Amino acid sequence: MALDLAIAPAPARGRWSANALPIGIFLIFAVLPLVAPVAGGGYLVSLGARIMIFAVAAVALDLLIGYGGLISFGHAAFIGLGAYSVGILSAHGITDALIALPTALAVSALYAFLTGIVCLRTTGVYFIMITLAFGQMAFFTATSLAPYGGDDGLTIAARNTVAGFALIKDERVFYYAVLACLVGSYFFCRALVASRFGRVLRGAKENSVRTATIGFNVYRFQLAAYVIAGALAGLSGFLLANATEFVSPAYMSWQRSGELIVMVLLGGLGSLNGAILGTAAYLLTEEWLAGFTENWKVIFGPVLVVVVLFARGGLIGLWAELMRRLGRG
Amino acid sequence: MVEPILRLDRLRKKFGALVVTDDVTLDVVQGELHAVIGPNGAGKTTLINQMSGLLASDAGTIMFDGRDITAAPMHARAAHGLARSFQITSILPRFSALENVALAVQARSGSSFRFLGRAADEAALNGPAMAALADVGLVERAHVPAGYLAHGEKRALELAIALAMEPKLLLLDEPMAGTGREETARLVEVLRRLKGRFPMVLVEHDMTAVFALADRISVLIYGRILASGAPAEVRADPRVVAAYLGDEME
Repeated sequence: MALDLAIAPAPARGRWSANALPIGIFLIFAVLPLVAPVAGGGYLVSLGARIMIFAVAAVALDLLIGYGGLISFGHAAFIGLGAYSVGILSAHGITDALIALPTALAVSALYAFLTGIVCLRTTGVYFIMITLAFGQMAFFTATSLAPYGGDDGLTIAARNTVAGFALIKDERVFYYAVLACLVGSYFFCRALVASRFGRVLRGAKENSVRTATIGFNVYRFQLAAYVIAGALAGLSGFLLANATEFVSPAYMSWQRSGELIVMVLLGGLGSLNGAILGTAAYLLTEEWLAGFTENWKVIFGPVLVVVVLFARGGLIGLWAELMRRLGRG
Repeated sequence: MVEPILRLDRLRKKFGALVVTDDVTLDVVQGELHAVIGPNGAGKTTLINQMSGLLASDAGTIMFDGRDITAAPMHARAAHGLARSFQITSILPRFSALENVALAVQARSGSSFRFLGRAADEAALNGPAMAALADVGLVERAHVPAGYLAHGEKRALELAIALAMEPKLLLLDEPMAGTGREETARLVEVLRRLKGRFPMVLVEHDMTAVFALADRISVLIYGRILASGAPAEVRADPRVVAAYLGDEME
């Protein structure tokens, strides 16, 4: 069997092409609000923020799938838990981010810990199914929360204040706060996968029996990764609730979990910046196609099939191929 | 008498009605290379899997370095110093040869719950890893992804991973499996150099290698120990010749 070694196990340091792409992506996000007034205004800024918010969750999911081999089909649940933390606190008059953010992180991390204890006892298809089951459990719990809107969701009166100041009320300030969260999450995950911890996690993905026979309790490492990814998705949920000033059970539907997997696959597994590209590509295509027709999914479905069939490494794979050709020519 | 490093006492394993390990009692003393031989299907790999913890035993005990490890999980046995290689090459194909070994070094040097700092830049991991690669003659191939190594090199890498764990005992499951004559000779040479540094259990089909290396040989047939002793005794044992060596020594 031919080995696909094209995906680097860890981002190489110092290599130009390894850093050019993420820096380029972040630069584009950084200048977007500056060019927005001439190219679409507020709509573009809120679309950019939405992409970055989901990219935080997608980067976390890539940590699990691309580096841990753990295909979580319940990732949206953690986004929802983060969002509901903001919504429920706000309904009780607690509207400061200094309380809402740690709560969102803690609640999603705790749910990841408790469900991870069970999920990680299984592997392969069983792991996918059981993460889906726990995701649906969170979804149905949210729909039955009658005091907090149930099926209809919950409108949040206003964005969180920061230490009492209405700091992120301004769209642009909020946008850059989201960008900072994305950059932070990206570099955190990148350090993580290259660390001792990340090496064990990657080793367990490659060959978990081998990793156990050299003395690692693989389960504990995977559980820690699951909690970290859950907390990052909680951060994404915290941002999403503040962006939309609304929370709804739809945030944690299994379709949303599936979309997140597609985003990561579309961008290319195991590169982290691929997850950001994939999220952007997914949400932009969705936005663009929805402009033509209500039935945009009829077009989008086949496009995804083509990408999965012909661009195995995702967008990041295409980029690597392009760099290789340019380097040769 | 010296306390053996490993002692199996009436160890059993059944798969359904089939008894694969049938009251096996066996020990390994410090500095010894104890070979386990026997025809295909005799239960050699099952026995190694029981020793390393990949398979749970149905009855009997395993004492290792003064501890009862019969019920200990695989990673705990490894952490106590029990290293193994696999009959079917078991490496991390996308990791470089160096990183394969460095991961094993990492397992015995400090906590691996470190989330920052590049593991690939840690001299404390790379140094011992390179030394283990040097022991098996793979230094020039250190940065090649393990999946790209030749078969014999993979077998050598497997050995280097076990060495890097600085084990108290090495379990080698057919380290020569599938290698050519030249590679076999090279691996025998490597094992000869390692003898004395680590006590070893060697399961092997290559009789030339076994008789060149072993201090003691146990012959396993249908899950039972048929004979156990010095190579010369085993070779002369008429039961062993009749049951197994007769064909192998042609």
